Amino acid sequence: MQRFLIRRLFLMVVTLFAVSMIIFVMARVGGDPRSLLLDDHATKEQWERLGEELGLDKPLYYQYAIFMSGVLRGDFGESISLRRPVMEVISERVLATVQLGGAAFLLALLVGIPIGVLSAVKRGSIFDQFGRAIALIGQAAPSFWLGIMFIFWFSVGLGLVPPSGRQDWNSFILPTITLAWGGFLAGSLRLMRSAMLDTLDSEYVKLARSKGLSNRAIIWKHAFRNALIPPLTLAGVSMPAILTGSITTELVFAWPGMGQLAVQALFSSDYPLIQGLTIMFTLGYVFVALMVDILYAYIDPRIRYS
Amino acid sequence: MADATVFAPARPPAIVRALKAMSRWRRPVLIIPVFILTTVVVAGITADWIAPYDPETGDPNHRLQPGFWGYEEVPPVIVTKEVVAVISPGDISLQKKQITEYNARQIDPNAVIGDQLDVVVREGIDTLYILGTDHLGRDLLTRIIYGARVSLVMAGLTLLVGGTMGTVLGLTAGWYGGWVDEAVMRMVDIILALPLILIALVLVVALGPSFQLIIVIMAIAIWPLFTRVTRGEVLRVRTADYVALARVAGAGTLRIMFVHILPGIANSVIVVATLLVGVVILLEAALSFLGAGVPPPTPAWGSMLSEGRDRIAVAWWISSLPGLAIFVTVLSLNLFGDWLRDALDPRLRQLE
Repeated sequence: MQRFLIRRLFLMVVTLFAVSMIIFVMARVGGDPRSLLLDDHATKEQWERLGEELGLDKPLYYQYAIFMSGVLRGDFGESISLRRPVMEVISERVLATVQLGGAAFLLALLVGIPIGVLSAVKRGSIFDQFGRAIALIGQAAPSFWLGIMFIFWFSVGLGLVPPSGRQDWNSFILPTITLAWGGFLAGSLRLMRSAMLDTLDSEYVKLARSKGLSNRAIIWKHAFRNALIPPLTLAGVSMPAILTGSITTELVFAWPGMGQLAVQALFSSDYPLIQGLTIMFTLGYVFVALMVDILYAYIDPRIRYS
Repeated sequence: MADATVFAPARPPAIVRALKAMSRWRRPVLIIPVFILTTVVVAGITADWIAPYDPETGDPNHRLQPGFWGYEEVPPVIVTKEVVAVISPGDISLQKKQITEYNARQIDPNAVIGDQLDVVVREGIDTLYILGTDHLGRDLLTRIIYGARVSLVMAGLTLLVGGTMGTVLGLTAGWYGGWVDEAVMRMVDIILALPLILIALVLVVALGPSFQLIIVIMAIAIWPLFTRVTRGEVLRVRTADYVALARVAGAGTLRIMFVHILPGIANSVIVVATLLVGVVILLEAALSFLGAGVPPPTPAWGSMLSEGRDRIAVAWWISSLPGLAIFVTVLSLNLFGDWLRDALDPRLRQLE
């Protein structure tokens, strides 16, 4: 367990290092980083002050050290488009993103796992067909397209829910479904189904059957618990899809989170903002992956002891 | 036993076997995805000839026009000899119900005097846009056809670059093992742990959006998947008798890797590549939807979708139809890829 954890922690540190390197190098690849970090109206004085802050007259490793110490203190400079400290802008947005991501994650599990189990237990039934359709759509439809279609049908057409923003509980419905369906639902459903099929076919389930246990006990006590492991690990693997989904979903629904901010930063070529967001997203990203790994190791002793 | 493995790589190439297997049509449902994919590919290749309009310039007078669903039937017109009015077929003033013989022949070459012709006209405009126009008056069908080309070229180049890189690295890692393997696989872990969509945004802000940049980013995102599969397969076949025999026969490392091992594992690479086409198309669509893809006015499905987003209430087709194109294409690719995997390499099922 310890070795496993150390390995994962090491990967986490290396990932953060790689991301910071990319950001640092990219700011300098086009020449002077100040042309990315300041807007066109910056005064000569600002220009020189920033050069001093960044240590541009010093060697590169020194500049990187300055950059990293800023990152570790949470200082990403000032946003060009919003003219406020990047960290301040981001911290206002974290909650919205976490709420939406958490809600979508829960929804994906709450829908994906039961349907996956039902699909496996009643193979070829209407549940199985339904589950397959949901999974196929989720894997093939761009989540932003689903989101726009939902707005068109349920907000513009039927007027049931607000098309954008984050006010009442009902403004959560469409973004959550969009993010869940386009991100994690299809994977968890398919994996749950195949894991369930595997365990239902295993020796210990056959033994349980031969002992004359009820079907219900076999499915829920013996097969289901063991089949839960693969879908859980998928959470770690599907982080990229969830992240991509959360950025596009926030854009579609004008959800005031970090993803929407990232698109704003892109449109206004706001390098300080996008670098801060990338670091923050990476942190969240590796943190969730680590949590999933720990949970995984906790559930599956085979990981813990290998 | 040894004989069987010696000749193993001499089977017909994977693609030949795939086509043979396909010709048996074990799954009739597969006809539909294959038909759709063929249509998309043919449309992408022949876009210059089949697209009715120019993809990048529109008619400002024809903004946000609906497509065939917005057409209106008008009462049949009667062909007479006298010139009542010179009317073009689409003119809204065609309420006059009479038309000259000459004009009637423009609509139906067999028209004779006294015939009743059904003329379909559009509200307001006289130009035909089957799938409507966007906010700049550009024909949506044209842009979807050219968008197919953009998607396919991007996906193809990405898979070529990423697939080659990943396969070569996987071969190397699997063949040499030891620290080479360790180094390559740690690199794979790191890449898979990066939030690539955000890195893409960072690169676009720093370097500006471009075709090449997107391909590089997407290739970086997918090569680890090729490496993982290739490496696993190499580990499986490297101890096979035919590899040992090739070595005894004096083949060098490169020759063994590319002439003996690669054909033996080509199936897996082909299956992974097929399953990834859809992933790459979706990734490219997401990037161009966010505004980090191929710069406008080049028609990419993702950016077309985003152009219609704010106009969904007035012109639903601008967003819906390119999205539908992505959905149908990727769905077909996934169905086809699943089938190919089952046909060529069922062991890869565990990759899901």
